[in-house]
Amino acid sequence: MDIPYTVQARPDTGLYNAKVGIWLFLASEVMLFGALFSSYVLLRVGSETWPQGLLNVPLGTINTVVLICSSITVVLAWASLKLKDFGSYKLYQGVTVLLAATFMVIKSFEYRDKLTHYWVRLNDGTEMTGHIEGKPFNWTKATLSKPELGLTEIHFHPDPVPAATGAHADSEAAHGHEGAAAHESLTIPVSEISRLESFGPWRSTYLAIYFTLTGLHALHVVGGALVIGFLWGPGSRMWRSDPERLTNRVEVSGLFWHFVDLVWIFLFPVLYLL
Amino acid sequence: MHEQNAHDVKEATRKYIYVFVALLLGTVITVIASFIHFGNHAVNIGVALFIASCKAFLVAGYFMHLISERKLIYGLLGATGIFFVGLMGLIIFANADQLFTGFR
Amino acid sequence: MTGHNGAAAAAHAAHGAGGAAGHDDHHELGFLRKYVFSSDHKVIGVQYGLTALLFLFVGFVLIALMRWQLAYPGEPIPVFGRLLEAILGPEVAFKGIMSPDLYNSFGAMHGTIMVFLAVVPLAFGAFGNYVVPLQIGAPDMAFPRLNMASYWCYFLGGVLMFASFFIPGGAAKSGWTSYSPLATIADLAHHVDGQTFWLLGMVVLITSSLLGSVNFIATIIQLRAPGMGWMRMPFFVWAQLVTAFLLLLAFPPLEAAGLMQLMDNIAGTSFFLPSGLVVSGRPLEVSGGGSPLLWQHLFWFLGHPEVYVLILPAMGIVAEIIANNTRKPLFGYRSMVYASMAIGFLSFIVWAHHMYLTGMGTKISTFFQTTTMMISIPSVIILTSLFISLWGGSIRFNTPMLFALSFLPMFGIGGLTGLPLGFNATDIQLHDTYYVIGHFHYVVAPGTIFALLAGVYFWYPKVTGRRMNEFWGRVHWATSLVFMNLVFLPMFVQGLEGMSRRMYDGGATYAAQEGIHGLALAIKLNVGISHAAWLLGLAQIPFVINFFWSIRHGEKVVGDNPWEATTLDWATPTPPPHGNFASPPVVARGPYEYSFAGRKGDFTPQNQPA
Ligand code: HEM
Ligand SMILES: [Cu+2]
Repeated sequence: MDIPYTVQARPDTGLYNAKVGIWLFLASEVMLFGALFSSYVLLRVGSETWPQGLLNVPLGTINTVVLICSSITVVLAWASLKLKDFGSYKLYQGVTVLLAATFMVIKSFEYRDKLTHYWVRLNDGTEMTGHIEGKPFNWTKATLSKPELGLTEIHFHPDPVPAATGAHADSEAAHGHEGAAAHESLTIPVSEISRLESFGPWRSTYLAIYFTLTGLHALHVVGGALVIGFLWGPGSRMWRSDPERLTNRVEVSGLFWHFVDLVWIFLFPVLYLL
Repeated sequence: MHEQNAHDVKEATRKYIYVFVALLLGTVITVIASFIHFGNHAVNIGVALFIASCKAFLVAGYFMHLISERKLIYGLLGATGIFFVGLMGLIIFANADQLFTGFR
Repeated sequence: MTGHNGAAAAAHAAHGAGGAAGHDDHHELGFLRKYVFSSDHKVIGVQYGLTALLFLFVGFVLIALMRWQLAYPGEPIPVFGRLLEAILGPEVAFKGIMSPDLYNSFGAMHGTIMVFLAVVPLAFGAFGNYVVPLQIGAPDMAFPRLNMASYWCYFLGGVLMFASFFIPGGAAKSGWTSYSPLATIADLAHHVDGQTFWLLGMVVLITSSLLGSVNFIATIIQLRAPGMGWMRMPFFVWAQLVTAFLLLLAFPPLEAAGLMQLMDNIAGTSFFLPSGLVVSGRPLEVSGGGSPLLWQHLFWFLGHPEVYVLILPAMGIVAEIIANNTRKPLFGYRSMVYASMAIGFLSFIVWAHHMYLTGMGTKISTFFQTTTMMISIPSVIILTSLFISLWGGSIRFNTPMLFALSFLPMFGIGGLTGLPLGFNATDIQLHDTYYVIGHFHYVVAPGTIFALLAGVYFWYPKVTGRRMNEFWGRVHWATSLVFMNLVFLPMFVQGLEGMSRRMYDGGATYAAQEGIHGLALAIKLNVGISHAAWLLGLAQIPFVINFFWSIRHGEKVVGDNPWEATTLDWATPTPPPHGNFASPPVVARGPYEYSFAGRKGDFTPQNQPA
């Protein structure tokens, strides 16, 4: 006996198996991201200060547009298959994969931005945020004392706004931290530094939820792009043997992709704008 | 979206383009709205979430064909929605004592 | 899903044109593809079953060792103590004495292994996989390769959990519930510690059960044989369907929580770490601002549905066996179905009854108290229906039936003792005492595990073509029943006296210091409980021998339907071949047409034409 309804819809449910499967999977994804959003809300209302304007809004906006574009190409790719136009399918879905790659590249630039931005506390209790000359990646106090670096002092470019303390300092460090004041540099002896941290997830619960949510989302982007890429490349040979099944697969992978887009639609305002 | 002929698909494609344009517009509006201060930050949050919900509706409704899906899927998503609301709502409710003074 | 697409497509390309995975049976498969990396639901079911039984044994060994420490605190464990010292090192088992850290590790891992690696995989992974497609008349699961992936994720999760005993610092130490911040700061000396392994293991296990639940639901919705309407499905299938929904929607929040705690653990975030945390007199260098209660909410959002994941399949198995051995239709089949749906729904909104003592407000406590009382109603409906089903039946007292029958009162005790826990006033006294341990073990051990054992004896002939030995089955049943009760009944007494759970020496130091006389009895009971627990372990020896011996030497069954059952799983050849049915079954009637007046014989199989 073969497994029924792999291609044709079951009459009483009106669905083929994979479609039921993907929607079930998406339901669980709703709960996964739902739990993270709930955590976001709880952490935010429970916090004393919540940093704002820490992220690069233009980059975030571009990425939003990139994902929206990829959603339309995915749906057009599927429509092309429905119209038996294999050539356009290849074109649209190729663009989708490129857009996914673009999204990831931009995202990684944003991550690097955060991990080369520092918060430092000196022995006398002064706290500052800013950049270390040479834009080193994710240093900590432990890195400073590594003998192979042979550091005795660092050149620190404080953020333009005078740093207040704690999480509040982060929110003051608004955009344009490479602005006018950036060239004035402080020289700080390594021995003076009591703690050094980049703006990674450890810096505040805001950054923690930012990295976790966007990281998980990025994993979904990569996963989706791999599947779509497979169905664009080797998987598309099925067009000759079983076109309907390929169309179904493209539809199902598309549903996943739209969901990833949908999550971003909420992530963008929640993390970048509010 | 089931068993359409070529004509239906072409029709649908036009719709997809409209939705696409609407989504781009929505993005622009969200960004602009975020730079306007409506006095109370809560209003800003409300506006942004409202626009996001509209965009989500468009994606789910048209790109994911939820506008014309089978009952089974509606049932599944409805249940998921209820549990999601329960999860978020009850957690916040349970913490309300600490979060909002005057609630008890 | 996505993985399945890829894998399926790859296989498809290799095979050229053709249908779905069902075409595998046209060619001979190698040993590996047939028994190890098989995508046949029956092989996967058996794999799940054997692995889960193995973990059941591991979980038992852990607690057997802990029971020594509870009965004779600070004394070296005879024989096995030296073994522990040799394997895990003198830091944790010096001269065979269990250290507090080791006790904590074993406790945490006992719970984790029993729940996530033994009982659920056995109830859902093994019985669900093997029986559900057969009972609905399907050739396989809807996504066979996804099914295989689900098993291997489970396997990997098990390996990660097991491996964590041997890493520096040892396995996770913070209970199966892994409350933050304790879980994050339990082992600050190691960056990658037992908790890291626990979390990684959980993420993999959750992935496994998500794949499984998607597959189960899709299978039950899409692959029911012609004529198998919703109200013609055996109750077991219903129970598995509801279970799958619980896993599908309740597990993701724990996955999210697990990822966040993993971030706390290795990336130094503060999701669950409050500000101003001081560890060993030194302030912890973290950003703070997190919420420990958030972890508890997300954990119990899964945790409570999970207990119904443990019990529903068990109820399903018991229902099948009772209908079969009373030779009567189940009483109130429909109400049982609706009750299981109600349980499924309500179990999502009762979770904070585990958190009454966290300082929630009275309003929200009242809400959760109310829903908790409500959820006991459908549980009672199912239990009562099963009891009434016995009325007027000509009962066949074989081994599966004996286990199924004793499930009823045992689950009854477990459920009823839950009610005092569900009221927030009475829970103040009972929370985190041995009473709670008694409560949930009554539901899970003599409850669920008895049902699972009943299932093993019941379906064994279908899987192997031979029966297990009846005499030794009865010995197994009688001794297990006695010792189970000797282990768990005294725990209620201990709990009522105020003996706290998770105490390294069973509360001896505490009682001595405080001069609490009441605890004296509780501490004496520890000795008796421990002996009963070890005897309970010995009582499983007949089962283990019977299980393996019968594969080759058990009495061969004649015919495909040795129990004269009605459901489709008995309409297959024995053992069922790949693809299951000789010809596609067509269902013509409900699941339990036993002893209908005016019929030839006392049962009518579901696929017998009207
Ligand atoms: C039918 C009605 C039931 C009620 C009213 C009930 C109520 C409760 C309550 C209120 C607690 C929390 C006690 C505390 O920590 O202070 C609890 C704990 C627990 N229950 Fe139940 N329960 C019921 C059935 C079940 C079933 C069917 C299972 C499992 C198959 C189960 C398994 C557990 C477990 C594992 C715990 C302990 C969790 C832990 O703290 O480690 N319960 N129950
Ligand atoms: Cu509970």
